[in-house]
This record gives sequence, C-alpha cells and structure tokens, in this order.
Amino acid sequence: MTSTPQETVERALGLSKADGCVVLATEVAETNLRWAKNTLTTNGEMRSRRVAVISLVNGATGTASAVVERSAVDADALESLVRAAEQAARDAGPAEDAMPLVEPADDHPGSAGWSEGPAGTSVEVFHTFAPELSEAFSRAAAADRLLFGFAEHIVESTFLGTSTGLRLRHDQPTGRLELNAKSPDFSRSAWAGQGTRDFADVDVLALDAALGQRLDWQRNHVELEPGRYETILPPAAVADLMTGLYWTATARDADEGRTVFSKKGGGSRIGERLTDVPITLRSDPWAPGLQCAPFLYTTRSSSDLSVFDNGAPCAAAEWISGGVLANLTTTRSWAQRTGRRPTLQVDNLLLESPDGAGGVDDMVAGTGRGLLLTTLWYIRVLDPQTLLETGLTRDGVYLVEGGEVTAAVNNFRFNESPVDMLARIGGVGRTERTIPREFTDYFTRTAMPALRVHDFNMSTVSKGV
Amino acid sequence: MPEIDPAFLALPMRPLADAALSRARELGSEHADFRLERIRSQDINLRDAKLEGSHTGEVVGFAVRVVHQGTWGFAAGVDLTTDEAARVAERAVAVAKVSAAVNSERIELADEPVHPDVTWVSSYDVNPFDVPDRDKIALLADYSERLLAADGVDHADAILRQFLENKFYADTAGTVTTQQRIRLEADLEATAVDAAHGQFETMRTCAPPVGRGWEYLTGGTWDWDTELSRVPEWLAEKMKAPSVQSGRYDLVIDPTNLWLTIHESIGHATELDRALGYEAAYAGTSFATFDKLGALRYGSPVMNVVGDRTVEHGLASIGYDDEGVQTQTWNIVKDGVLVGYQTDRRMAQLMGLGRSNGCAYADSPGHIPVQRMANVSLQPAPGGPSTEELIAGVDRGIYVVGDRSWSIDMQRYNFQFTGQRFFQIRGGEIIGQLRDVAYQATTTDFWGSLEAVGGPQTFLLGGAFNCGKAQPGQTAAVSHGAPATLFRGINILNTVKEGGR
Repeated sequence: MTSTPQETVERALGLSKADGCVVLATEVAETNLRWAKNTLTTNGEMRSRRVAVISLVNGATGTASAVVERSAVDADALESLVRAAEQAARDAGPAEDAMPLVEPADDHPGSAGWSEGPAGTSVEVFHTFAPELSEAFSRAAAADRLLFGFAEHIVESTFLGTSTGLRLRHDQPTGRLELNAKSPDFSRSAWAGQGTRDFADVDVLALDAALGQRLDWQRNHVELEPGRYETILPPAAVADLMTGLYWTATARDADEGRTVFSKKGGGSRIGERLTDVPITLRSDPWAPGLQCAPFLYTTRSSSDLSVFDNGAPCAAAEWISGGVLANLTTTRSWAQRTGRRPTLQVDNLLLESPDGAGGVDDMVAGTGRGLLLTTLWYIRVLDPQTLLETGLTRDGVYLVEGGEVTAAVNNFRFNESPVDMLARIGGVGRTERTIPREFTDYFTRTAMPALRVHDFNMSTVSKGV
Repeated sequence: MPEIDPAFLALPMRPLADAALSRARELGSEHADFRLERIRSQDINLRDAKLEGSHTGEVVGFAVRVVHQGTWGFAAGVDLTTDEAARVAERAVAVAKVSAAVNSERIELADEPVHPDVTWVSSYDVNPFDVPDRDKIALLADYSERLLAADGVDHADAILRQFLENKFYADTAGTVTTQQRIRLEADLEATAVDAAHGQFETMRTCAPPVGRGWEYLTGGTWDWDTELSRVPEWLAEKMKAPSVQSGRYDLVIDPTNLWLTIHESIGHATELDRALGYEAAYAGTSFATFDKLGALRYGSPVMNVVGDRTVEHGLASIGYDDEGVQTQTWNIVKDGVLVGYQTDRRMAQLMGLGRSNGCAYADSPGHIPVQRMANVSLQPAPGGPSTEELIAGVDRGIYVVGDRSWSIDMQRYNFQFTGQRFFQIRGGEIIGQLRDVAYQATTTDFWGSLEAVGGPQTFLLGGAFNCGKAQPGQTAAVSHGAPATLFRGINILNTVKEGGR
C-alpha cells in the first residue's frame, strides 16, 4: 500500500533519532508532446515520487548535516532511508552553514492546505491544445513552412516537515510552449515561446501566424560583418542574460572576491551603481502569473542555498534597485556571519523600469539603424571576472533601418557581459511575461522588457541557422 | 569481475515486464518495451577543505514505450506492482491515442537480433557506494589541503560525483537485458584572489570523468599527486602571465582540451536525429546533412574519427542500448571524409540503413530513449609524434591544455573555446603561459587545418557527465579520446578586449 506524502513525512520524522530532521516528500506529474517537421516525434506522461531526509547531528564542534534522497519509498524502506541519512550526517563533520532549523510562525507562508492530496496533471491537459496544434500543422504545411517544438506541463507538489514542527506544502505548476517555424530548406527560422500554468492561455495558431510573418521578413537576406551594433533584445533574450546574472549574484562568492560582484579592495559591490537607467531586477513569490514557492526548499547546500534554510519564508527581494546593485542571494548562515539580513533565492525574476513602455515593434520604429534579435543560444561564461558571456543569436536577426525591418541578416557569435551591458542600455520597453530560451529547463518564470543596447559586441559571424 | 548488485536483481522486474508487455499487446500495440532502472548517485562538495554539501540519491522506476497503430506512446511510473505496470502500459497507449492527432509519420523500427537473456557489467575494481562517506570526505579534504597549503592559493573547491546505474530491459520481440555500470568524476580547483587589483583566477585538475570505480582516486590510473602539486604553480604563473595578442596562431592542442571540441563539433554534428531535424527547435541541427554522407570533406586526410559504445572505461560504453541493440564500433570520419552517423532503430529504418548502431539512451526511468552520443574519438597515428615533437614543429603558437568555456552554434559551425592553460610557443619551445585566450573557428575550417596527430602514447580518453539534449532535457555521460594534435593558423581572441576593456 502506497503512503500519502504527508504520511511519509510524519513517519520519517517519527523514525528520526537525529538531533534535527527535515523531510521533503515530492510528487511529480508531468506530460509532454514534442514535434518536428509538422509531426509528432516523442511524448509522455510520467509520475515520480521522491523523499529526501536531511539529518542534523550535533557534535563537539558544531552540527553536521547530510541529505539522502530516494524515489518510491514504501513504508518498510523508510526506516533504512532515515538511518542512512543519520549515518551520512555522522560521517560528514560540522557543517559551515549550520543554523537552527526554522520555527513555525503564525501565517507561515505555505502552511495552508497541508492535508490535501497532490495536485497532479495528465496528458488530458492538452485536450484543446493538441487539436489546435494539429490545425497549426495543416496551416503551416499549406503555407510551405515546417513546425518544430515542445509542449510540457509539470505539476510538482512538495510537502516539507521539520522536527521543529513546520508543515508546509507547495504545488508548482510549470508549463511552457516552444514553437519554431522553418522554411522547408531550413534556411529561414523563427521562434516563439511562452510560459503557462495550465495551457488555457496558449494560442498556438496565433503564434504560428506570427512566425509566418517572421519567415516572410527573412525572404530578403543580407550579410553583415561582425562589429558592435545598436541592438534590440526582445524579452526572451533579455531573460537569458538576466537569469545568468541572477545565478551569479551570490553574496558569499562575491564577498570572497570570486565573482563580477566582488569589489576591488575587498567585499562586494552592493551599493554600486551599475547603470544610469532606473531599472529594477527583482523576485517576488507572489508576482501574478509567475507565482512560485513562498518558502525555501532544497536538498543541496552550496554558496547560494542551505539545507538548514528549509522552510524559511522567501521574501520579495530587489537585486538591482533603480540601477544600483542592492542585494545578493544570502543564506541565513552567511547573513549571520556577515551581519546582513538573509535574502533567499526565489524561483522567478522580473526586470522593470518606471520609464518602460512599448514593445519590440515600438522599439524598432524608434531605431535609425540597428539589429533586432530573436533569442540567444549556447550561452557560456567566457571570463568570470567580468561575467563576460559568449553565445549565438538564433532564429532571426533583422536589420532595422529608418524605423523598419529591411532585411534578415546572418547569425553572430556575441561576447558580452550582462553586467557591463546594463550601462549601455539606451531604451527599455514594457515588462511582459517570457521564458529564457536557453535556460528554460531550469528557470521559466520571468517577466522582462525589450532592451535597446548600444555597441552590443557581435564578435564573429555564424553560418548556422 | 564485478557482478550485478543483488539488491537490484531482487526488484520484481520480470513480473512487471510481463504485466506491462502483455497489457500493451492486448491493447493492440505492435511494439512494446519495458525498462526498469535504478540509479544511485552521490555528490560530495568541499569548499576550502570543509564539507559544503553531500547528497546521496537513488531513483527507481520503470517505463513502458509502445508503438500503437503507428504512433509512439510513452508512460512511466514508480510503484513496483504488476497492477501499476499494467496501468502504465495503458497510459502509454492512451498517450499514443491523444498524440495520433498530431502524428503523420508511421513509426516503424529496424529489425534487430533478439537477445533472449543477457547480462553486462562495466569494468571497475571498487564500487564507490561501498566506500564509507568519511573516507571520501577525508581524501577530498587532503587533496584540498594540498592546494590550500601552496602560496597564492586562496580557495580550493572539490567536487566528487559518482553513479551506479542499473538497467533492465525487455521487449515484445523477446530481448531481455540486465546491465550495470559505474562512473565517477572528481575535480579539484584552486582560486587565487588579488583583492587589491580586484582580480581572480582559477586552475582546475584535468583528470577526466571515467567509467571506473573508487580506485581511480587512489590507485595508479591518474597521477593525482603530481597534478595537485603543480596546480598552484600553474595558477601563480597564470596570474602573472601576459595577456594574449589576438590573431592567428598555430595550436598544439592537448587531449585534455580537444575532447570537448570533438564532442561539440563532431559528436553532436554526426547525430542522425540532428541531421534529420528532430532536434531543430532545441539542441539544433547539423551542417553535416544526410545527403553529404560519403562526400563531405570534414577535415584533413589525417583525421580519422570512430564512434563506439564498447571501449573499456568509456562513459557511453554499455553492452546493449535502451532499445535492446548490441553496441558496436564504426567509422564516422575516414581520411577526413564523413562516412557514418550515430543512429537508433527508428532512424535506421527511416533512412534505410538496415540496422541501428545502438545509440538509444534514456537518462532515467522517467524519460523516453532518444539517440544519444557514443564515445566519439579521434584516432592517433601509429608511430606518430609525441607532444614535444609537435611543439617543436611550431614557430609561433600556443599549446592548449584543459577545458573550460565552450559554445557552438545550433548547426555546429561556429565554435569558441577557452582552456585551463595556454602556453606560448616560440621557435619550437614553450616560454610561459598567456592569459585571456579563446580560440574560435568554423568546424570544417578547423579540422581542415589539422596538420598532424600524435601517436598512441599521447592518447587520452576525456569526457563529461553533463551532455544535454532532447525535451524534456536529458543528461548523458560520454567519453572522447584524442591524441595530441597540431592545427595551423587558428583565430585567437583576447577575452578582455572582447569585453570592451
């Protein structure tokens, strides 16, 4: 007989003989469709379950922790899991990030609905989407274009219990559609992506029509040389650059002199103005449409996360405020060591400017000569000192002249730092929901504006499409 | 000779397979396969010789894949009961039915010999999951302390990753396989911080991830003592090294760096699913399209590249793939010409190749198998030169060691790589390190400029655990062997200048 996740949490906590214990029981339901060349390629409906036991063992010199996580643990196997975590903690030695476990509080975020079952999903979530996709295939075929892409819906239900009495749950729906249209010879390519909680707001026919327009734009093609260009980055491209920046924005690494956010002479660059443009980069667990866990749960300790912080409320935080570096992700233990307040990592990211207005089309209309991008791809850090990143433009680079798209151009390899780039922002659009195309496997909840950036470094030409 | 873990064999895989496959047959599926996996994993991270985090994991689950009236269906579950196995088979058929609306290509698989009940275990001495955690942490702390004890090293990071992967596979044709493999990776990285100038730099060990056991960290297969003693010297030299002048240089590339260039510019480019467009929206396509098979000049005549899933200690090595196909070895580039791809059963049938070369792989019980990379390796020249002899043949160049940053476009043309160490060569001799170096090229230009490959004494099997592909994303481990190599006239960028400083 299979236990409910709540029963698993209670039983594991009851079995624990350690000095402290955190149990995370997670139920995952997911379904997906993938297609290429106007036909299905793979699909699936998967369920999984995992239980993580984090044991804390006090010693003479501090508290040790270890995480042991298994899938599909039945009642009999639970005791061996708890004992394995205890043995691993005894082997570990004192943890540098040791902190007292979080205590329950009135109105603790995530404390509602503990006893309800996991939310779940199934392939039926695509019941209206799949026929529309079929219709999109027909329209695409009739218009001589090929559709490729992926639709996915995941619902992850997390139940967190601690020996200090916390009982928290979070149901996280994560959905996305990626649609790519190509000409039959693959020489022209366009992309659209959308994050969604339930697929009710997905209009694949409208997206396909928009991609058709982009492919038409690409019929006129000119070759451009590498160089520094006035460049319009649409929200999806901005999302990838800001996600990379966010992942690097950890207090401990900066304080130790090891990142772009380290200050010459020691310490971090918190308080330093990064740009004269009044942009704010922030996270907020309650951001509409981008809701994510209002408390921290993790099975890993690193410079940006600590298993001791499990259950701690994730407050809304500003990382960049009005152009000034304001906060770096800070665990409770690092906050204590450095006399700061903790600012825990949150699973969404928004970039805004009070002056932000208009979309990509408005930005094009206001451009004398420049490039309009679609997405960025294969982004990797080239030089961590400046967070210089390299990557490719993908699925549509357009030449803008006199306020209009006049031609499609070749792809480029860019070498740019998302931090240095902030000082060269020449325009900010209105913030809209988007997904980072490159990092969407790990991070989907973003809202970004289009940005106009001066002297964006297109380093070499890529023949790739 | 290691044997399959009895705890895995005790799982009820055969009754579950019978329940799932018979249900799929009853529902009219023309093909069904059942795969039950257990993947044990452990990550241990140390920061400045202190444990930062440890995570020990175990995933157990199973999947049923069907071809139902010409459409794929896939479902996965975790409860190891015959009722659940039958239910998951029903869900796989249900997924096929919903998907039929968007499927216009009838799925057929290439025929393969049936392997009625076969077993395969990878080659290792000590199962790392039998080693106490405290011994592992103590060894990593010792290795970290050696780095921290050296002048100029401010931080040391240590990462140990270990996997024990068990797969059971059965299909409606009658193939049944039971397999086990182990892989392990350890990285030690030293960081120097010059706070006064706001500068930092790192140097990492080049020991590749391998299909070996715990003996890799303690035995004689990698010289950890020498490498750990030299990392601080190399780091100190790098901190003071002059910044490179951008331009064209001859490169002698060490296999510790070239494995990644092979991976990106040959390994991915010769995956047939990419060449056919099945990854076009995500991982990308390939310039090496199917019509160029047998004709494309990939590189110079000294370039010979082999794909295999059989080499001992190779990360992609296994006995049978996730479609029950026995693994093989084949040519991908012969004398500089494209002659082969990596395939699975569906693509082999589609393109009339006769049979699959055994590259189907799923990274977990919850994921559908897709074509994944074999060990793709550049062959050494019998009796070929040493690394020193290659360097002696360069007047103005750079010797590149160790991998670091990597990026390549979606059609596998334009790539850019950095490394751990770039040694300046003048008049055939190394005269010290350079900083801020990246090399950038277009794939066929680069391999066309390959002038010489070293002998077997320079050959090393490199690799990675983290090759990503497919949606939902799947991670695969793969090895790439290479000899030392000499390339002429490669574009070198200065990364500080690229950043506009």
